[in-house]
Amino acid sequence: MNSLKRRRLSRMWRTNVVFFATTMGIGLLLPAFGLAETEDKEILNVSYDVSREFYKDYNAAFVKYWREKTGQRVVVKQSHGGSSAQARAVLGGLEADVVTMNQESDIAVLSEKGKLVREDWRLRFPHRSVPSTSTIVFLVRKGNPKHIRDWDDLAKPGIAIVMPNPKTSGNGRYSFLAAWGQVLKRGGTDREARDFIRRFVQNVPVFDTGGRGATTTFAQREIGDALLTFENEVSLIQKELGADRFDVVYPSVSVLTETPVAVVDAVVDKRGTRTIAEAYLEYLYSDEGQELAAKHHYRPSLARIADKYAARFPASTLWSVDDLLGGWKQAINTHFADGGTFDQVYDEIARQRK
Amino acid sequence: MSFALKQPSVLPGFGLTLGFSLFYLSLIVLIPLSGMFIKTSTLTWAQFWETVTQPRAIASYQLTFGASLIGALINGLFGSLVAWVLVRYRFPGRSFVDALVDLPFALPTAVAGIALTAIYSSNGWLGRHLEPLGIKVAFTPLGVLVALTFIGLPFVVRTVQPVLQALDKEAEEAAITLGANRWQTVRAVILPELWPAIFTGMAMAFARAVGEYGSVIFIAGNMPLKSEITPLLIMTKLEQYDYAGATALGVVMLVVSFVLSLLINLLQWWSSDRRETH
Amino acid sequence: MPADIALRAKGTTWKVSLTTEHPLVRWGFIALALGYLTLFLFIPLVAVFAEALKNGLSGYVVSFMDEDALAAIRLTLLAASLAVPLNTAFGIAIAWAVSKFEFVGKQVLITIIDIPLAVSPVIAGLIYVLLFGLQGWLGPWLSEHDIKIIFALPGIVLATLFVTVPFVARELIPFMQSQGREEEEAAITLGASGWQTFIRVTLPNIKWSLLYGVILCNARAMGEFGAVSVVSGHIRGLTNTMPLHVEILYNEYNAVAAFAVASLLTLLAIVTLAAKSIVEHKYVSVEAAEEPLKTH
Repeated sequence: MNSLKRRRLSRMWRTNVVFFATTMGIGLLLPAFGLAETEDKEILNVSYDVSREFYKDYNAAFVKYWREKTGQRVVVKQSHGGSSAQARAVLGGLEADVVTMNQESDIAVLSEKGKLVREDWRLRFPHRSVPSTSTIVFLVRKGNPKHIRDWDDLAKPGIAIVMPNPKTSGNGRYSFLAAWGQVLKRGGTDREARDFIRRFVQNVPVFDTGGRGATTTFAQREIGDALLTFENEVSLIQKELGADRFDVVYPSVSVLTETPVAVVDAVVDKRGTRTIAEAYLEYLYSDEGQELAAKHHYRPSLARIADKYAARFPASTLWSVDDLLGGWKQAINTHFADGGTFDQVYDEIARQRK
Repeated sequence: MSFALKQPSVLPGFGLTLGFSLFYLSLIVLIPLSGMFIKTSTLTWAQFWETVTQPRAIASYQLTFGASLIGALINGLFGSLVAWVLVRYRFPGRSFVDALVDLPFALPTAVAGIALTAIYSSNGWLGRHLEPLGIKVAFTPLGVLVALTFIGLPFVVRTVQPVLQALDKEAEEAAITLGANRWQTVRAVILPELWPAIFTGMAMAFARAVGEYGSVIFIAGNMPLKSEITPLLIMTKLEQYDYAGATALGVVMLVVSFVLSLLINLLQWWSSDRRETH
Repeated sequence: MPADIALRAKGTTWKVSLTTEHPLVRWGFIALALGYLTLFLFIPLVAVFAEALKNGLSGYVVSFMDEDALAAIRLTLLAASLAVPLNTAFGIAIAWAVSKFEFVGKQVLITIIDIPLAVSPVIAGLIYVLLFGLQGWLGPWLSEHDIKIIFALPGIVLATLFVTVPFVARELIPFMQSQGREEEEAAITLGASGWQTFIRVTLPNIKWSLLYGVILCNARAMGEFGAVSVVSGHIRGLTNTMPLHVEILYNEYNAVAAFAVASLLTLLAIVTLAAKSIVEHKYVSVEAAEEPLKTH
């Protein structure tokens, strides 16, 4: 009996060893299937969601420019996703040579938490590393049947606003801050801003998790009277979903939305791609890069190019998160962190209902 | 002899299969999952408690677990019916319908969510007719239920089907020769054989629904305190780089579903055990 | 069981009429089942195809001719072809252990298999980032040795494995439990080896259940979005799987292509049909061969 038991135990042990070895073997083999570098020079641009049309054109232009300048072939790989999700991926080890985000905090975190980007990243490229900007505008149904002209109209009873969820989307955060900041910008107090926001969010029937989901809700599901979105999104929406279905309304004041860029120092030093990565981002500020930005309805940072396309970008009073709200870090803590103003307003609404 | 952990059996392969299974489960499931618990343990108990008992979190548990449970019940009832119809009856298009049942898994969840939203929104194929009746599906908790029912649909059908196929008709015949009518036969002979499979299917549909994110967020509307599911709250934590807060909510979901699944499994084991001792 | 044998000897001419329901009940059940499937399955599927075919058949085909789409399809097939066999082997092994033996802690073990279902896909992806990510426990070491797990194929396969672990196992366990172990015990007593018993006795019995399990596992492996999304890195043409590519297309307002690529996954239904008819065909011929034995 005892020897039988021992034999069974040893057999069990043996089979375990075999399986362990097999599985480890598979585990070791798998990495071999991983990213193999096929081209000599390849860089990865990790970017936010709605920039893909711009970078498609821009990458082609840069590859051509770089080939003519240096004779070197370069391949630019693209990765797109929600801005913060992308930042988390880079933090987790996605080897991005450059990051191009739509919110300052998504690069700051790479520097603070991950030490992947040098602290002075904002000073390394012109215009505080923001090659182009945009703003939040209203998209309304053709003919503007609800007469939405400015922010106050959005907070009136009976109006339905579609915007993405500020907790999950950069677009949503900019829209929320735009609504908050316009009160301050026009001389209001924090209290008044909160009052406004409460009436404002009560008019939001759906919070999609991303900007383009919100657009679909507004355009395809035909929900809401106004969609809050980036100015650079409007032309694409009209092109893809019907030019004659919507009008654009520019509010009197709105937020300046910035799309900062940075070289990921830890990665380019490891991969030896610093020269190309820096050139790639510098080229954004060239005439060609700025023209392409304008073509895709981003506001160019270079005055020369901005003036050329002034007719395309109606002047309105734009304020930046840095100037009015003390920077992104503070804005996030005040408004979007757990228990921030966004949560507080919903708690108040829930209490009122009771 | 001392207390036996395993009853003796003439069949071989216990060490091999159990050893491999445990090893595999550890490697693929338990070790990665321990990461979730270790991350959560970086919170103090007070922080943890505050994170998981916020009113929004509580509201989201109610919606997530409630809708998952109702969805599992709907699938339990109708899934068994579908399995029965597919196995026992012949009708035109049967094998085609049979092949389609797995598709809720194959469709990427986002696509399922988008399609369901398109159908059930107020200008959609079905929503258009439901709205005059005062039924709003898209962008309400009802929409969450629809999505969760959709993604759990294959489970019960596919667990019940093979058991029904393998069921000997002799027992049914015996019951009838003994004078039982059809309903008595189904209740006393067929259903007891099916219960374990039905329970398994429902437990899986429930568990799957609890964790579901992709399809729900499109149709839920995601209104704070009203139509927010727990996985969405996890996402919002991640957006703030609050990994520990996210895993804390994940731990709560996991523990609750684990306990519920265990209860279902014990119930099933207890009922089959009782039957055998009769 | 003696009662069964006695009945079988009696003949089977009246079997059909007494072991089924009244035609009205039958058609009522069929209608009810189809109604439920229509509401929750057919209409959503029709919606997917209606959208995919909006620009006609040529628009549909164009959606796949894109280089990135093809790369995504290849990656999805590769990941599934690695994950499904591993999980199938696991499913068979654990089902054997659980259904053929009595041991302490069985119910807990069964419940553990369900865990991956209840873990939100986002968390499922996150745990691999916590393990293998640069800020994670193994990340720095992996990075030093230039081993890529997440944001590359291994990570995608691991996430897929995790998400699809339960399917084959949970499909087989209740079925094999209902089968009991008498037949295997008989085979062993008659001198068959364990392996022979499994191939000759168990496998023919469990084939339906196994087939469903593999198909479910495969469907889920190909369709998984959330967990894979976290570990993929979303690099176009390199680490985007089909579901991720679908999301990209949708976000480009290219709903037609998005739904077209998604509808490609419905081809699985055809695979299901084919696999079933093959197994059925084999089954029939095996049964025919075994028939003389049974009439003894």
